[in-house]
Amino acid sequence: MRTFSAVLAQTCAEVPDRPAIHLQFAKRSDLTLTYGDLLSGAAGFASLLSRHGIGQGDVVVIILQHGEPLVYAFWGAVLHGAVPAILPPLTEKLLPERYRKDLAALIQVTRPRAIVTYPEFAHEVELAICAAAMAAAAPVMIAVDAVTPVAPDFAALGGLRREASDIVLLQHSSGSTGLQKGVALSHRAVFNQLDAYAPAIELSESDVIVSWLPLYHDMGLIASFVLPVLRRVPLVLMSPFDWVRAPIRLMQAISHYRGTLTWLPNFAYNFCATRIRERDLDGIDLSSLKAVINCSEPVYHSSHLAFLQKFARYGLSPRALATCYAMAENTFAVTQSAIGGPIARNEGGGIGNAGQVSSGRPLPNVRIRILSEDRRDLPEGAIGEIALHSDCMLSEYYHRPDATEQAFFDGFYLTGDLGYVLHGEVYVTGRKKDLIIVGGKNVYPQDLEQLAGEVPGVHAGRVAAFGVFNEDAGTEDVVIVAEAESDDPEERERAAEAVRQHITRNSDVAVRQVVMVDPRWLIKTSSGKVARSANKAKYLAEVMGQAA
Amino acid sequence: MNSNDITHTLSTYVTTQILKQPKRILKGDEPLISSGLIDSFHLVDLGLFIEDKFGVRIEDSELNADTFDTLDQLVVLIQSRQ
Repeated sequence: MRTFSAVLAQTCAEVPDRPAIHLQFAKRSDLTLTYGDLLSGAAGFASLLSRHGIGQGDVVVIILQHGEPLVYAFWGAVLHGAVPAILPPLTEKLLPERYRKDLAALIQVTRPRAIVTYPEFAHEVELAICAAAMAAAAPVMIAVDAVTPVAPDFAALGGLRREASDIVLLQHSSGSTGLQKGVALSHRAVFNQLDAYAPAIELSESDVIVSWLPLYHDMGLIASFVLPVLRRVPLVLMSPFDWVRAPIRLMQAISHYRGTLTWLPNFAYNFCATRIRERDLDGIDLSSLKAVINCSEPVYHSSHLAFLQKFARYGLSPRALATCYAMAENTFAVTQSAIGGPIARNEGGGIGNAGQVSSGRPLPNVRIRILSEDRRDLPEGAIGEIALHSDCMLSEYYHRPDATEQAFFDGFYLTGDLGYVLHGEVYVTGRKKDLIIVGGKNVYPQDLEQLAGEVPGVHAGRVAAFGVFNEDAGTEDVVIVAEAESDDPEERERAAEAVRQHITRNSDVAVRQVVMVDPRWLIKTSSGKVARSANKAKYLAEVMGQAA
Repeated sequence: MNSNDITHTLSTYVTTQILKQPKRILKGDEPLISSGLIDSFHLVDLGLFIEDKFGVRIEDSELNADTFDTLDQLVVLIQSRQ
C-alpha cells in the first residue's frame, strides 16, 4: 500500500544524503536540503503538531512565506498523518480586513484543527479565528519562526498509519470572495496522477525541476513540489515574489543547476521575454531544458514565439516548448503534449479555431468527453464542456457535499472549461461561465462588479467586468465599464480612480482600465442582467475603436 | 535633467503606460506601491523605464515600498545615482 509517509520512509532509509530541495533566497545563498534534512525538519514540525494535540486526519492550514518552515510544515503535517492545506499569505496591496473575512469564511467551512503562520502574522490569524466565531473546536494558532529538526522515527509517526484512500492534502481553488472550495485528494489519487504523468513527461531521477510557482496553486504544489520530492527528482525552489521582481532568476537557476523541467503560466513567457535584460543573460545556458510546460492559462502561440526568439540564442531548443491542461480536481495534469515536441496546432478546415495550440493528449488514465448544454456527447471537433473521468480525481470538495454533487455528471467531473478534441488532441477554448484568467489566477467578474458598485459615483448594478486579451502581456487585462452618476469629467475621473483602488484593495486584482460611461450605455439581457460578452464587444468597438 | 523634469517624465509614464489614465494627476507624496496603485509586475516595467531613461539601475531587491513609495522619493533616488 502506498502512502506519502511510506514512500518518504523508504526514501529516507535509501538515499538520506541525496539533495531533495535547493531553496533559493533573494538575500542569502542557496540552502540545499537532503532527504535526511527535509525529513528531520518535517519530523520536528510533526512533534510540534503533536504537542498542540493535533490528531490524524485533522486539517492543518499553513500560511507561510517561502522558506524552510513552509517546506517542513507541509511534509511535517504529512508525516504526522494530518492534512495540510497551504494558503496564500496577505500581500501588501490587499486590505487586511478583506483577507481576514475570507480566512474566517474558510475556517467556518473547512474547520481546520490548526493554523500555522509566522509570528508577525499571528495577530491577523487570531482576528480571523475570532471572526469565524466557532462556538466549539476553534483552530489552534501555531506561530512558527524556526523548526527544530529531530531524527524521524517513522514507526511512531501517525503518517504511516494512514490508508491509501485517506485524504492526504487539500488544494484551495484560487481567488474569489467566499467561494473557496478545498479540493480533497487521497494518497491513492496523487500516486495515480504521478504514475500517469511521470511517463508523459519522461521523468527520471536525472531530471532537475526548477520552480518559482506558489505552493497554494496546483501547478506549484503538485508538479513542482510533491512530484519531485516523492519521485526523488531534485527541485530548485524560489519565491514567486522574488521571481516577479527579477524574472532572470529563473534562467540563472536553470543555467546553474542544469534544470530540465519547468512549468509556467502563459503570461510568464511574455514576462520573461520582455522583462529580462540581454546583458543579464550573459553566460546563461538553457540547453539543459527538456521541457518548458505551458499550463494553467489559455496557451498562445505568439507567447511561445516571443519566448523562443528571446532565449534560443541562450540554448533553448524549440523542441522544449510543451503544453499541459491541468486542474486541482484531477490532482494536476489532464493532458500533456509529447516531450521533444512538436506541439500540435489546429490546421483549420472549418473545425474549431484555426491556428490554436493544442494542450496535448489525455493522460492514459483519463477519459475525456465533450458535452453539449443538455449533456449529450458531441462529435469530434465540436466545442462543448470538457468532462473527465480518471483514477486521480478529487475525493470531494471538503465539507461541501452540495458543491461535490453539482460537480459531477454520470461519474464524470464537469470542468466548466469549453473545448474540443481533434485527432486525439485536446484544445481548450474558454470557460463555460464568465471567468477572467489574469496571470494564472482565476477572477470572477461578478465579484469585481459588486466591488465597483460599492463606489460612490457609480450606478450600483450597472457595471460590467471582463477580460481583454493583451498580446504583449500574454494574458488578459481586467477592464471595468461602469455607468457614472455624474457627467462632470473630473468627477468621473475621481470615481474611476476610486473604483480601481477599491477593487485592488479588496480583491488583490490589478485593474488595467476603468471606463466611466453614460447612463444606459451598458447592454442588459431580457432578464435585466448586465451582458458581459455583449458589453465587451461594445467596449472594443466604441472605446478601443476595434472592429468586433 | 532637473527634478521637475524627472518628476514630469516619471509621472507621465505612470499615468499613461501603467495606469492608462493620461488625465490623472499624480501627487509627489502619493503612495504608489503601498497603496496598490503599481503592482509588482508594473514595478519591473518602471525599473526598466528608469534604467533606459535616466541610466540609473534599481536592483530587483530594491523594487519595494521600503526603497521608494512616492514620486518624490523616486526622484531623490534617481538623482543620488546619476
